[in-house]
Amino acid sequence: MAEPILNASAIERALARIAHEIAEGNEVPGQVALVGIQRGGVPLAHRLGSLLAGIWTQPVLTGSLDVSMHRDDLDRRAAPNVQPTVIPFDVTGKTVVLVDDVLFSGRTVRAAMDALNDFGRPRRIQLAVLIDRGHRELPIKADFIGKQLSTAANESVQVRLSESGGTDEVVVEKPPD
Amino acid sequence: MNWNRKHLLDIESLSAEELLIVMDTARAFKAVGERAIKKVPALRGKTVVNLFVEPSTRTRISFELSEQRLSADIINFTAEASSLKKGETLKDTARNLEALNADFIVMRHPAAGAPHFLARVLNASVINAGDGAHEHPTQALLDAFTIREKKGKIAGLNVTILGDILYSRVARSDVWALTKLGARVTLCGPATLVPRVFEQMGCRVTHNMDEAIGEADIINLLRIQHERQRKTMFPSLGEYASLYGLNRSRLACAKPDALIMHPGPINRGVEIDSEVADCARSLILQQVTNGLAVRMAVLFLVNGGKGPQEVAA
Repeated sequence: MAEPILNASAIERALARIAHEIAEGNEVPGQVALVGIQRGGVPLAHRLGSLLAGIWTQPVLTGSLDVSMHRDDLDRRAAPNVQPTVIPFDVTGKTVVLVDDVLFSGRTVRAAMDALNDFGRPRRIQLAVLIDRGHRELPIKADFIGKQLSTAANESVQVRLSESGGTDEVVVEKPPD
Repeated sequence: MNWNRKHLLDIESLSAEELLIVMDTARAFKAVGERAIKKVPALRGKTVVNLFVEPSTRTRISFELSEQRLSADIINFTAEASSLKKGETLKDTARNLEALNADFIVMRHPAAGAPHFLARVLNASVINAGDGAHEHPTQALLDAFTIREKKGKIAGLNVTILGDILYSRVARSDVWALTKLGARVTLCGPATLVPRVFEQMGCRVTHNMDEAIGEADIINLLRIQHERQRKTMFPSLGEYASLYGLNRSRLACAKPDALIMHPGPINRGVEIDSEVADCARSLILQQVTNGLAVRMAVLFLVNGGKGPQEVAA
């Protein structure tokens, strides 16, 4: 079993810092919405939402987005299990912060931007990720990063959160020999 | 579990788990249909041939709109205006369509098993849109989806299917789907149209209407298929309506929360009275809406079923 790269308190600190950075970069609180990418980004978006609500002392709009229907590899893999998309507010004119657990190739974020545009025209889209592990295949970068990791392409980065049972931790799993 | 089938040919060969995958996926596609922009790029660049060798309006337009909402390119092909009329065999017709690089063939055909045959000879994905009196899988999936949406579950429900069972592919597919999902299915109608042999599919058969609807949570009515009946199976439509037609007084004997379904097209005054068809307990138009979502889900899933089966991170 690999040692965690981030433990629960490190994850908590990273999210608190991201929340403050989002608050710093967006001075009009009511115009910011957090949208978590299914599945790993959704609990993180909710946690960032409560942290930001504490900083701004007002509720923050949060939603979830499934990108399965907008992926570019649909005929290369078994059809993904589609998760709910819930965006109970108008994104037009808002700053939407997409939230995901791990930024890797960038293809999921590309699909998420396409999917989001079907709901309206945000004034600006930003990206917050807990882990940036490199190996981008598209010209995409995150605006808010919890931790940058150098990884080999065949390693697997697992973000485990208490929302799905167990404890908060991030581990890097080596490929089997 | 993931879906890994390239075709949708029938319900009989699917597991309960696979039925649930289609229904769960359909729920996401139903949400797409409720947005301002109802289109997603999932089948962009793919070609779908709608090969309708037997007349169909609602199933064909439902598939067509589903395909458009998935951004596929569409070719429509009907028996009346095709080379099948000129003596071409089904296999040759299909090979020609495949030579156009069709990725999916949605087929309705009067012969049972025709889609299974196509699936064996072609590389394209085949979706059965009704084959003879055999199966109509997407109808059963949308019926199951609608029941689960309205009742919150399927297992343990009493579902009565009423009418022309013998000639109905909808009845066969519904029986497979609903029994696999744990419902108790009762079939009812004149003995000529509802033979006891259907008990072998795991359902109850009765010829007494009041008995059939008394405990039902869902009453699914089927049209009398004049076009498929080779001889007269009952004395008159009037007699059929008086014995087996669903009207308000008969509905009063059913449970107050029993819901009414019908795959359409409905024959008002025969199997269903107008006031019943249009009442708040009728799900007929919701079935049409859900049909779109279910067909989008099926196309989305069989598209993934063509590729290598490992799932990327």
